[in-house]
Amino acid sequence: MAEVPTLEARGINKSFGPVSVLKDVDFEVWPGKVTALVGDNGAGKSTLIKSIAGIYPPDSGEVRFEGHPVTIHTPRDAAALGIEVVYQDLALCDNLDIVQNMFLGRERRTRFTLDEDGMEKAARETLATLNVTTVKSIRQKVASLSGGQRQSVAIAKAVMWNSKLVILDEPTAALGVAQTRNVLDLVRRLADNGLAVVLISHNLVDVFEVADRIAVLYLGRMGATVDAASVDSATVVELITTGRSEKVPSPEVQRVTGAPA
Amino acid sequence: MSTPTTVKQAGERESALMAPPTTFGDYSRNYWGKIRGGDMGALPAVLGIVVLSALFALKSPVFLSTRNFANLFTQGASTVVIAMGLIFVLLLGEIDLAAGYTSGVAAATLAVLLREPNPKPLIVALAACVGVGAAIGLLQGMLVAKVGIPSFVVTLAGFLAWQGVVLAIIGEGGNVVITSNAINAIEGKNMSPLAGWVMLIVSVGIYGAITISRVFRRRRANLATEPVSIAVFRLAVITVIGAVSVYELNKQRALGGGTSLRGVPWVVPMIGVLLVIGSYTLNQTTYGRHIYATGGNTEAARRAGIRVDRIRISVFVICSVFAALGGVIAASYLSSVDPQAGGGNTLLFAVGAAVIGGTSLFGGRGKMRDAVLGGAVIAIIANGMGLLGWSAAVQFIATGLVLLVAAGVDAISRKTAAASGRA
Repeated sequence: MAEVPTLEARGINKSFGPVSVLKDVDFEVWPGKVTALVGDNGAGKSTLIKSIAGIYPPDSGEVRFEGHPVTIHTPRDAAALGIEVVYQDLALCDNLDIVQNMFLGRERRTRFTLDEDGMEKAARETLATLNVTTVKSIRQKVASLSGGQRQSVAIAKAVMWNSKLVILDEPTAALGVAQTRNVLDLVRRLADNGLAVVLISHNLVDVFEVADRIAVLYLGRMGATVDAASVDSATVVELITTGRSEKVPSPEVQRVTGAPA
Repeated sequence: MSTPTTVKQAGERESALMAPPTTFGDYSRNYWGKIRGGDMGALPAVLGIVVLSALFALKSPVFLSTRNFANLFTQGASTVVIAMGLIFVLLLGEIDLAAGYTSGVAAATLAVLLREPNPKPLIVALAACVGVGAAIGLLQGMLVAKVGIPSFVVTLAGFLAWQGVVLAIIGEGGNVVITSNAINAIEGKNMSPLAGWVMLIVSVGIYGAITISRVFRRRRANLATEPVSIAVFRLAVITVIGAVSVYELNKQRALGGGTSLRGVPWVVPMIGVLLVIGSYTLNQTTYGRHIYATGGNTEAARRAGIRVDRIRISVFVICSVFAALGGVIAASYLSSVDPQAGGGNTLLFAVGAAVIGGTSLFGGRGKMRDAVLGGAVIAIIANGMGLLGWSAAVQFIATGLVLLVAAGVDAISRKTAAASGRA
């Protein structure tokens, strides 16, 4: 394990008007590890992610990226640091093809024209590295892809940019069994390639399948952060529903010992 | 759909991502698949042109005459140009109902500035005309993008207001005659026959060089590409159509007397230039790519860092500038501007041209060439019905129906696309 976490958030608070959504949340993500972020509906998972991604900057709290304090006010700031988010609703344009989507907003150019050939090659290489090989042609419109293929393209899009931290919001929510399998394999490969990965999911089977660490949010607080190998599903369910479990130490204990779980 | 592809994964890998050049057979299967999937491209417009031409040619001997053939170009020109601008707006799923009267305001500005006894220099008048168009587009675009009023309402208000502005500029019952030779020449004068041939050879040559070299370049780079046979076939079709058109237009079509009337109308190369500029912008610039992205999925575009507000405002500016140019062409066609400039069927025809050409009213799909193909259909309908002496009542009803059919084809193809997963 590397010495510093890729991302380290301390004491994050975020309110929307009178509603306090995140209360003193601590969250760490390590390179080469998949950190699952779980919690019931309304626990604050999306808000935490959006705080990190610069969509809703937090009201207070400290964020360190690779050990350096950073402020992330906009999605561009996040992207500049190497943070990419793959959103649940798939930020892909149906009317564009795979290559166009992967380079959207960062198109390569030759002197007078778009560098279509260069982009196509680079997209092809990225997809090949990630073993995304089920698409017929990378010039087909995204609209004609299956859910799993779309998710794979969205993930590939996120990792093209020397990103260091990839956040996946419910990547398997709408997928069938085989497609889920492919996407989870892909998530695992990202971490094995050295990236820090955050996986938001409701599906504990998926979580236990790929996650190294599990962070449980409960009513806007970080209930616990545990090593996936050290707990079972029932414990995590308990953490999600009650915010505590006798089988794991409370977050305060963890912080004192300084163990990254 | 997913299961078989996943199973084939291992075997497919090479063929899928290494993408060898497709064969003629693959290409045609692919094309057929696209059509069945609801992506009909230029097919309806081309069919429309062929069927309507055949129909009118049977009914009226005049329709296929050289003289009438030339009329189609000059009659359809301003519609085509306004439609080109509208396509930018339609690509975002917006609409500009004011485009017709925007062209009217711009034309009226031009006419008034060029009015005797002390006309302003042509360049000043043209700049003012285009500037007025841009200002109208900027205003409407800001109201849509920044204030958040639906474009339908903003431009419906514009439709009324700009109509009033035209009336105010020209004066009730007034009519400003255009005396500028340069403006009148756009629709009224023709290229010399030789210049027409040179233009054809040069443009076909450049187009051919670009498409063929592209095929070989991509093949060398081991990227999927259309077969050479398809590229050559398309080039041959375009060359033949172009050659027949130039040949016909170069025939003498004067009604007698001493004057000579032959050659390609000057408006044709003008439209050609606008077509190239517009297509280049949409296909080869990041700006164009971002227009498609915003039209396809605004939220995705925003998350990709695209400033969608700017895109939205800019397409309204472009639309209004094209409308202004369309207004200049219309003024040239009539050699005058009256308070009805840009009214009547102007907008309906332009929207109809874009939609018949294959541009979607739902945003995200459309090409510059749609304006030309759809404009041709509209011009043929208007011209043919005129030749057959149909009453104005029938003409209105028929045109309305054609627009409805085009929009229906658009909506149904969208449904089919959604069903077949091609949206």
